[in-house]
Amino acid sequence: MTFGLVFEQLLNGVQFGVMLFLMAAGLTLVFGIMNMVNLAHGSLYMVGAYLAVAATAWTGNFVLGAALGLAGALLVGMAVEVVALRTLYERDHLDQVLATFGLILFFNELVAIVWGRAALYTSLPAWLQGHVELFTGSRYPIYRGLVIVVGLLVAVALWYVVTRTRIGMLIRAGASNRTMVAALGVNIRFLYTVVFGFGAVLAGLAGLMAGPIYAVQPGMGELILIQVFVVIVIGGIGSIRGALVGALVVGIVDTLGRAFLKPLLGTVISPTAAEAAGPALASMLIYLLMAVVLAVRPEGLFPSRGR
Amino acid sequence: MPSRARVLFWSAVVLLLVLLPPVVAALKQPFYLDLVRRVMIFAIAAVSLNLILGYGGMVSFGHAAYLGIGGYVVGILALYGMHSGWLQWPLAIGASALAALAIGAVSIRTSGIYFIMITLAFTQMLYYLGVSLEVFGGDDGMRIKTRSQFSGLVDLADPVAFYYLVLVLMLGSLYLVDRLANSRFGMVLRAAKSNEARSRAIGLSPYLYRLAAFVIAGALCGLAGALLANHTAYITPDFMHWTRSGEIMFMVILGGVASSAGPLLGAVVLLVVETLLAGWTEHWQVILGPLLILSVIFFRRGLAGALPGARNG
Repeated sequence: MTFGLVFEQLLNGVQFGVMLFLMAAGLTLVFGIMNMVNLAHGSLYMVGAYLAVAATAWTGNFVLGAALGLAGALLVGMAVEVVALRTLYERDHLDQVLATFGLILFFNELVAIVWGRAALYTSLPAWLQGHVELFTGSRYPIYRGLVIVVGLLVAVALWYVVTRTRIGMLIRAGASNRTMVAALGVNIRFLYTVVFGFGAVLAGLAGLMAGPIYAVQPGMGELILIQVFVVIVIGGIGSIRGALVGALVVGIVDTLGRAFLKPLLGTVISPTAAEAAGPALASMLIYLLMAVVLAVRPEGLFPSRGR
Repeated sequence: MPSRARVLFWSAVVLLLVLLPPVVAALKQPFYLDLVRRVMIFAIAAVSLNLILGYGGMVSFGHAAYLGIGGYVVGILALYGMHSGWLQWPLAIGASALAALAIGAVSIRTSGIYFIMITLAFTQMLYYLGVSLEVFGGDDGMRIKTRSQFSGLVDLADPVAFYYLVLVLMLGSLYLVDRLANSRFGMVLRAAKSNEARSRAIGLSPYLYRLAAFVIAGALCGLAGALLANHTAYITPDFMHWTRSGEIMFMVILGGVASSAGPLLGAVVLLVVETLLAGWTEHWQVILGPLLILSVIFFRRGLAGALPGARNG
């Protein structure tokens, strides 16, 4: 186990964490402002991935395909908000969970009808296929590096929009007292649609970036969604800062656990036992982490104020 | 206090279910026996969830975990040659209760949306545990070659005998949860649901009551898991898949929360609609999804609210 290998896995962890953050940010914004649990957030991730794959195949250009995928995710997200979710803001979380569960079934099956159940694999354009040399003996794929850079840029942009702009001010005001914001003459329904669309774009971005790394298939959204729940529970719901910290922690713990838990266990117990226990324990690691965090801080690491 | 309408309704339900096997045998349609048995097994799971979700206000999105644990206990014991149901079923119930104790102890410290996400996440953890256990078939699961043996008392390989056993257990579960909900224990549970601050103010400590209810619900659902494993003669991690949890939860909501007949009605309607749609098109979920959304938006009190003698709230 060389330092280069550990460093590379650490970067993979950050890359996974960044994608979890893009998902968690949208989910936590929607929850913080509309008090809405949206299980179908994973479907928007999936829709983004599929639309980008289809648009890339259609235009023959990766960047153009990605842009069309984002636009598609925005449109689908806003349509879902207007058609189905808008009536559910005043309902309790139970109804929201069930209705968005219905949305998941619908989208997974719709995607299977259009593109089939088999996983789609996409190829990267030539300029994204190479590796960069970080230091002697350690190379890292350019594409994964790009994912990290894009994710961190989005995090900074998100921080800027929420804390330094007028729309961010409205978002924060809506989170703390929506009745008052509406009374001050702000079109709160439109604001909701904008925020939801914004979350959909972030989910779509995560999805289309995930396409070339993981398989694009029906149900891919729920795989990541449940890990995003872990992120949000650890970070504290409604808090973007918590989402960033939680996402990076979960991404790194999960990736390092999958890479190194088995060999590490092998040094303590017999290799055959480690062969069986390693993968099982690695896949449970983030949930155990969540349980520990909750036992210490039931509201998560960064509980949002005023709620 | 059983009203006349209630007595009439339940007598009709029991009569119908008791008379089904001879009717099905006369019509030579064994498929329906299978379907109704499956419905009743899921009704046990749904009624156990109703105890914590309906009466306790704990929205558990991970109830399929106990279905899986109960099923895996039966499957694993059968794999190692222990076929006695007297051993398998109590162990299935006990293991589910223990898992519920561990999950509940952490989850019940939180509430609202956290509770939903945490129960979901723990169940997902167990799902991945099932997937990664290659000894027990991993992703594909394993076949249960011999069903649970009850010293020749009940033969589960006989569809009709198994049907009546499930019927008795389901009626027992419905009765148990109804009695629990109307006992002093259930009163505390419901009081804590409707106003936690007030129930604390009169000197109750909801945590332990909630945890006890959570464990009872887990144990009962473990029994449903043992039944389901015997029903399908197969066990896979899919028993614990999160869509399974969603389905059980939907049965409770569709039937009507905190009502005694609700979970049964919900299980009947959801599974029958699923079966009908699946017989019609491979892509039945694309229809079921919007149906779920519509029923949430327009059907707020559930099916039991439409029954004769239903009370408000």
